[in-house]
Amino acid sequence: MADSTHIPSPEKIKEEILSHYPVKVAKKRSKAMVVREKGSDQEIQANVRTVPGIITQRGCSYAGCKGVVLGPTRDIVNITHGPIGCGFYSWLTRRNQTDPGPDGANYMPYCFSTDMQDENIVFGGEKKLKEAIQEAYDLFHPKAIAIFATCPVGLIGDDIHSVAREMKEKLGDVNIFGFSCEGYKGVSQSAGHHIANNQIFKHVVGRNDAKPEGEFVVNLLGEYNIGGDAFEIERIFENCGITLCATFSGNSTMGAFERSHTADLNLIMCHRSINYMAEMMETKFGIPWIKVNFIGAEATAKSLLKIADYFADEGLTARIKAVIAEEMPEVKETLARIKPRTQGKTAMLFVGGSRAHHYQELFSEMGMKTVAAGYEFAHRDDYEGRKVLPNVKVDADSRNIEELKVEADPERFKARINEDQKVRLSRAGIEFEDYEGMMNQMEDETFVIDDISHWESEKLIETYKPDIFCAGIKEKYAIQKMGVPLKQLHSYDYGGPYAGFRGAVNFYVEIDRMVNTKIWKLIEAPWDKKPGITAELAAV
Amino acid sequence: MLLRHTPTEVAERNALTINPAKTCQPVGAMYAALGIHACFPHSHGSQGCCAYHRSALTRHYKEPVMAGTSSFTEGSSVFGGQSNLVSAINNIFTIYNPEVIAVHTTCLSETIGDDIPQIASKAVEEGKVPDGKHIIYANTPSYVGSHVDGFANMVAGMVKGLAEPSEMRTKTINILPGWVEPSDMREIKRLTNAMGISFIMYPDTSDVMDAPQTGTHVFYPKGGTPVKAIQASGSSAFTIGLGPLCSTKAADLLKTKCKVEYSITDIPIGIQATDRFLMALSRASGKPVPESLTDERGRVMDIITDMHQYLYGKRVALYGDPDQLIPLTEFLTDMDMVPMHIVSGTPGKRFEKRVNEILHAKGIEANVRNGANADMFLLHQWIKNDPVDLLIGNTYGKYIARDENIPFVRHGFPILDRIGHSYFPTTGYTGAMRLLEQILGVFMDKQDRESPETGFELVM
Ligand code: SF4
Ligand code: SF4
Repeated sequence: MADSTHIPSPEKIKEEILSHYPVKVAKKRSKAMVVREKGSDQEIQANVRTVPGIITQRGCSYAGCKGVVLGPTRDIVNITHGPIGCGFYSWLTRRNQTDPGPDGANYMPYCFSTDMQDENIVFGGEKKLKEAIQEAYDLFHPKAIAIFATCPVGLIGDDIHSVAREMKEKLGDVNIFGFSCEGYKGVSQSAGHHIANNQIFKHVVGRNDAKPEGEFVVNLLGEYNIGGDAFEIERIFENCGITLCATFSGNSTMGAFERSHTADLNLIMCHRSINYMAEMMETKFGIPWIKVNFIGAEATAKSLLKIADYFADEGLTARIKAVIAEEMPEVKETLARIKPRTQGKTAMLFVGGSRAHHYQELFSEMGMKTVAAGYEFAHRDDYEGRKVLPNVKVDADSRNIEELKVEADPERFKARINEDQKVRLSRAGIEFEDYEGMMNQMEDETFVIDDISHWESEKLIETYKPDIFCAGIKEKYAIQKMGVPLKQLHSYDYGGPYAGFRGAVNFYVEIDRMVNTKIWKLIEAPWDKKPGITAELAAV
Repeated sequence: MLLRHTPTEVAERNALTINPAKTCQPVGAMYAALGIHACFPHSHGSQGCCAYHRSALTRHYKEPVMAGTSSFTEGSSVFGGQSNLVSAINNIFTIYNPEVIAVHTTCLSETIGDDIPQIASKAVEEGKVPDGKHIIYANTPSYVGSHVDGFANMVAGMVKGLAEPSEMRTKTINILPGWVEPSDMREIKRLTNAMGISFIMYPDTSDVMDAPQTGTHVFYPKGGTPVKAIQASGSSAFTIGLGPLCSTKAADLLKTKCKVEYSITDIPIGIQATDRFLMALSRASGKPVPESLTDERGRVMDIITDMHQYLYGKRVALYGDPDQLIPLTEFLTDMDMVPMHIVSGTPGKRFEKRVNEILHAKGIEANVRNGANADMFLLHQWIKNDPVDLLIGNTYGKYIARDENIPFVRHGFPILDRIGHSYFPTTGYTGAMRLLEQILGVFMDKQDRESPETGFELVM
């Protein structure tokens, strides 16, 4: 890290970054860059349009819908209705692992597309879509077929939902539903998450009332099993005696979604992508939700204890404590070995809608400081906490994303705990339906930046020379060319798992490798190093 | 099994593409644009396309891919993207200061019907384009053709936007390399230099998509064809375009616009295609092929004749882009290997005809298909019906290769799981050696892994 005495004040740095922009752009970006003052309620601009032309990390609504929420579910045939590209790029590129067993259904290695041609754009693509559904049905007889609309589909006015209804009726034994997740909807992947939540809630959740066996039945929401994270959490739950009904969505199946409303508690990992589902399940079925975080060993332990408190069962509590006691020694041992080498180093995290927050836990366990962080597609509540929700303005870009009107199910609504219990539990520190956001945790004079641009990250790196930068594939090699290692927190650089106890150990070892390797020192050729080796050589 | 739902029995499909052997136009346009020095590719559409294209290229090259997007919202989709593009142009020149912005369209802006030249001239009128800077463009609707067409369209866009007509004729030869790797671009330049020919090549992604680690991120790496060179290509003596699909459009436009005659030959993969390229160079320049290149050729021939027993009769399945598959098929048949199944998602009538000519000359009847529903699902089914000894294609083939236990050589776009393609060419005679090394390597590794202990060989 750069010698801190030479670093100008954060406000100065911000000014300098903005001075390079056209006036209008500077004005807009200014509101998305916050220099943290601990203890004060600061507002950040988030979930607004990206400035055209700027190099952004963001993708589209289709990516958020098909790629994120639906992609990790193995027994759905996901058909992209559109030209070939959108489907092609979302084909296996997100690393969601799944375990179908030797002969379970698994369509995740496949890419299905209607590959629209110009005649479909001119005359409409509904006919081709119907035919494609029929062909998929004839070939695979899947449990479910999902249709994803890409940009041109919305423009030419194909009605994917009526196609879905018609084909569902015609074929009889397959659930078919569509997602109007055209890439221009909203301002980022985030719109797609919402659309995915809505349709899964409407068309899948609640179709099977058979509750899985087990005393303590939960759903895990917003865990996508990148690099096997969900497997690790499953392992821990099993050891604790917690029954996992459904994970939205990692190592997931249609069957699990269909009965997810029978669970007694919803655990939210990624608040951004899935809070809609939790809200709707609470309203309709009475399942409360709490925010958890299984990134970081301490955070994992804390989250498990929250579950114990919620169920208030002595046996469960004892078992959870035993599991923590059993898992922690290896974590501690690794940390003892590694922390002396990572202590005091600095990190920047710019990624996604929750990981830029969650991973600060792991870094702080290693004694590393987060000097700047921000999300790619989050909203103000993910920064400032859900307390700001009443003050968040819904702009034109978000207004068009449907808000489902959900009411309590007349037969199946069952409040899992009463108000008294809720109050008692929240006094004990269990916050229901709440998320405090990232900013609260960030230290004074750190940067919080939403939808960071390439220019901004380059300036931050130049100034702070962090020991590690966390972002995605598009940022990775530019940052590394600057001599700073970049850890991908979307794909984990093809490593992981990093969740849970074993995940924490993996992460410590990985970060130690990245921040302590001497390889970067070899970049400069000896003859380019000062003072004048070349002259010396010439003299020999 | 990874692809456990793929049945052996082939049922014809009309509407559903499964596991495509192509992708969409803009990614090709973006790649081509990166081959101009200090060029900023810009995707006129919604953010997702640009994010996907940058990611795909980044994963393939493990290099930064800097590009912008018009970030359409629902409003721009309804009212058109003019204001987004004009402000994008202003922002890009102010923030990133490129020499050229290369705009390509997406399905969205094409469906809306945005008129890029009109918008670009509006940006010029409003003073958003600094003096001496350029905007070039290509229409790249993905519901037509494939990524290969996107590449071809952007190269044609370079001619349209930059090449300057002239009464003067220089002795310079233009080379349009087609969609090949930076390593291949380097190799094509090396071959041409070895012939002692003065040339202009564009695009040229060497020293861009294989930039060195220096501890500094150079936003516009030193490679890429300078704008001046593309401008001057209008006065060149002749153009050689490599790969009919990739290069004909641009070569033809250069002829119409600047009266530079051209010839099209295959991308120089394998012995004969490299022979033809060198002869085309020789014809265009009047210079003989130097002995050093004849020696290189001889070395490839030496390997093939030495190792012929491992190649002879081996059945191959391959998929990818027409301009690569044609010379690759020829190379394989030259070595007495037997292409059995060939698939390309890229449409175009010429492909099947060319490939069949090559195969029929050796008496081979193969499954050949390209265009609609010619995908990797079909290829896999063909393989299940008629097994092969070798699979050649992009990274997605690894699922088939693992399920069916087929030796696999990665070639084409994208390669997401190996390095090498950016650095070691598969074009020219050197490239032929690399292909041979890879092919022989996977055969022999399999033999070493699977032969009974009694038959385990030390010398091969
Ligand atoms: S919308 Fe068109 S240009 Fe964009 S990714 Fe899809 S196919 Fe490609
Ligand atoms: S922005 Fe539209 S066209 Fe582009 S990838 Fe997303 S859905 Fe496809």
